[in-house]
Amino acid sequence: MSRGNRPGRRRRGREASAPPSAGERILVLPGEELPVRDLRPGHGTYRTGGKVYASILGLLSARPPFVQVIPLSGRYIPRPNDVVIGTVTDVQTTFWLLDIGAPRWAPLHMTGTPWKVDVGETGRFLRVGDSVVVQVENLDATGRIGVTMVGEGLGKLDGGSIIHISPARVPRVVGRSGSMIQTITRLTGAQVAVGQNGRVWIGGSPEAIHRVSEVLRTIEENGQRPGLTERIESYLLTTMPTGEQGPEPLPAETAHRDAPGARPASTDDDEEGDLADEADDAAGPGEPGDH
Amino acid sequence: MSGEVSAEIRTSHILDLAADGKRLDGRGPDEYRKITVEPGFVVTADGSALVRIGDTAVLAGIKLEPGKPFADTPNAGVLTTNAELIPLSNPTFEPGPPQPGAIEVSRVVDRAIRAAETIDLTRLCVTPGEKSWVCYTDIHVLDHSGNLIDAALLAAVSALAHATMPAKRFGIAEADYPLEVQHVPIECTFVRLGDAIVVDPTFDEERAAQGRITIATDETGRVVAMQKGLIGAFSPDDVKGVVRRAFVHGDRLRGLATGGAR
Amino acid sequence: MGSVGAKEVPVLLTADGRRIDGRRLDELRPIRIQAGALHQADGSAFVEWGANKVMAAVYGPREVHPRHLQQNNKAVIQCRYNMAAFSVDERKRPGLDRRSQEISKVIGEAFESVVFAEEFPRTSIDVYIEVLQANAGTRCAGVVAASVALADAGIPMVDLLPSVAVGKIGGAIALDLKKEEDNFGEADLPMALVPQSGRLVLLQMEGHMTEAELAQALDLGVKGCRSIHETMKQALRDRYSVAPLAGGSA
Repeated sequence: MSRGNRPGRRRRGREASAPPSAGERILVLPGEELPVRDLRPGHGTYRTGGKVYASILGLLSARPPFVQVIPLSGRYIPRPNDVVIGTVTDVQTTFWLLDIGAPRWAPLHMTGTPWKVDVGETGRFLRVGDSVVVQVENLDATGRIGVTMVGEGLGKLDGGSIIHISPARVPRVVGRSGSMIQTITRLTGAQVAVGQNGRVWIGGSPEAIHRVSEVLRTIEENGQRPGLTERIESYLLTTMPTGEQGPEPLPAETAHRDAPGARPASTDDDEEGDLADEADDAAGPGEPGDH
Repeated sequence: MSGEVSAEIRTSHILDLAADGKRLDGRGPDEYRKITVEPGFVVTADGSALVRIGDTAVLAGIKLEPGKPFADTPNAGVLTTNAELIPLSNPTFEPGPPQPGAIEVSRVVDRAIRAAETIDLTRLCVTPGEKSWVCYTDIHVLDHSGNLIDAALLAAVSALAHATMPAKRFGIAEADYPLEVQHVPIECTFVRLGDAIVVDPTFDEERAAQGRITIATDETGRVVAMQKGLIGAFSPDDVKGVVRRAFVHGDRLRGLATGGAR
Repeated sequence: MGSVGAKEVPVLLTADGRRIDGRRLDELRPIRIQAGALHQADGSAFVEWGANKVMAAVYGPREVHPRHLQQNNKAVIQCRYNMAAFSVDERKRPGLDRRSQEISKVIGEAFESVVFAEEFPRTSIDVYIEVLQANAGTRCAGVVAASVALADAGIPMVDLLPSVAVGKIGGAIALDLKKEEDNFGEADLPMALVPQSGRLVLLQMEGHMTEAELAQALDLGVKGCRSIHETMKQALRDRYSVAPLAGGSA
């Protein structure tokens, strides 16, 4: 079939953090013309005939010099420096293939681990079904996703459980400056590591894991409502099991894994700002332009 | 199979919980997810029902057409059960010819319907040896989040219980009349998770399971079909235990299947 | 698929321009669209359109199976249009017949014309359409459901893809034929429109029309598509409502 009807290629790019805009949340749909002037088309947009349109469903974010659409649904789209949780789906002689919920499986090469792995010995270190925390290093034009397990907070996961949430909800689960996740860990005593890909590792007692899972479901279903952190906090306080009034403080190492890429804690802990803001907060360091 | 390897630590967590009498979604070992039955969902079918068990959704449709009886049963109609595990319903299903999983669902459902004598096949005879009704039960899995067999049979018997014989349309009688259902089989499926045996497994629990067992019962106190599946083993005492539980669940589910039917 | 015993051609159009269900020539049947109807799929939608019931699910972009279908520079879009055995008057044998395969192909190509497939090289975007209850226009209902499902799955594309069939009944051009009109009418012309560009990416015709009638049919179809487009957008807005306390995404 002819491609003649296809408008110009979509342009892609994400800007680094910019000043927050006033918090109106505008839902846009594929094909909707974006009411922007003099802004460059970013992620989730395309330009044709001098106009800019949304290419995905999501929230409009107009921050000079870019206009972009922040996805509200869909599979995880990897970005460099994202910390993600993956499951080994295949073991080869020099690498493992990881399912990170992305369009493609991500190869983890044996040299990208803290271990000394010999060729053919990969199966001794990670087996199919094992879960790992890795960081996205690079993406090439073929869609290949390079990941590494070398770095602070990266490695194989043992114990606990993993649940899946929509990658679009990750900013909400983390909360502004990690506020939501800090509330959850403080009030449940669980350890929580949130991957940018929507896979969440929860460690702790079965009861704590269950409570965190429940809370994450609630956040996923109510992700667009304001005042969520307060509501989650009061829910956790009123449902706290007897004899567990004072959960032990968390090891500092965990708190770091909580919110990959989150800014250091600031006094600005409310979450009434726009969702686009949080998406950027939790999205990690800015991506260097197109790839 | 496309991807979707389950994380080992999730499996371990399911087993740890089960050892404690708990489950990932907070249910008890002998608790079903929420069940809804919507009869008459498809008007092009002669009978139909959409059944939801938790996030699992299965649609069954009945088609009744005149055909020829089998030579060895000239006075009986013909029953045919077919299940489609269409790729729309789960990321692990592939397009193509029916997979063993789909065939197993069809056959386990079919056995229960036959053995329970759900339909009196002699009532489907029009002219002995020449013309009889063929009753097709087609099961369409829409959302596979575990425990397809129970949902499939529940949808099938509910569709049968609400079916109409299109006798007028085929010039066999002056008016259409209800298909008569004489017994209602219900299947209850359990999986082994360590030492625990839990009812109504989710997709994740089926993946973690060390054996699956399905018991079909009817309202007269008969066991009318069984099927052990997946890798794992059950003791005779395990089986006796789940049979008892299947009778209890069966009574409740039967009410859902026939609710509102004549 | 004529119904048994119906041999007389019914009166499809009254003298005052009313159709068998009371609609005017340019009127659509009622449409209800639910975005996000399934739990396992990456995106889904359920469409009830007249007496049609159609479910669509999208999986992907994901690894390609079988692997030889993989394309190095873009995602392959695999579409499967299927009818449930009980969806039509005479039971249909399960599985894809030639009609279903042809429809799967033209729908797949329609979506390939609007999806930015080059964003996801070497992957597959799988579009599944299941007709549960059929009453003419199922491929159009399938395109509408699948398009909403693609948006629900976060797939980048030029636009949503509204679709409708125009036909000729009792010598007049009519929008959105129902079963009796399709069976006894003179022509059927399904189409799918890219609203953003105003171009058609699905177009078929069966029957006969004059050049003038065809021109009229195209104009009427485009008008119908633009109306359906609004319903599709509303379904997605309902699911992804961002107004405070307007209800979660079910």
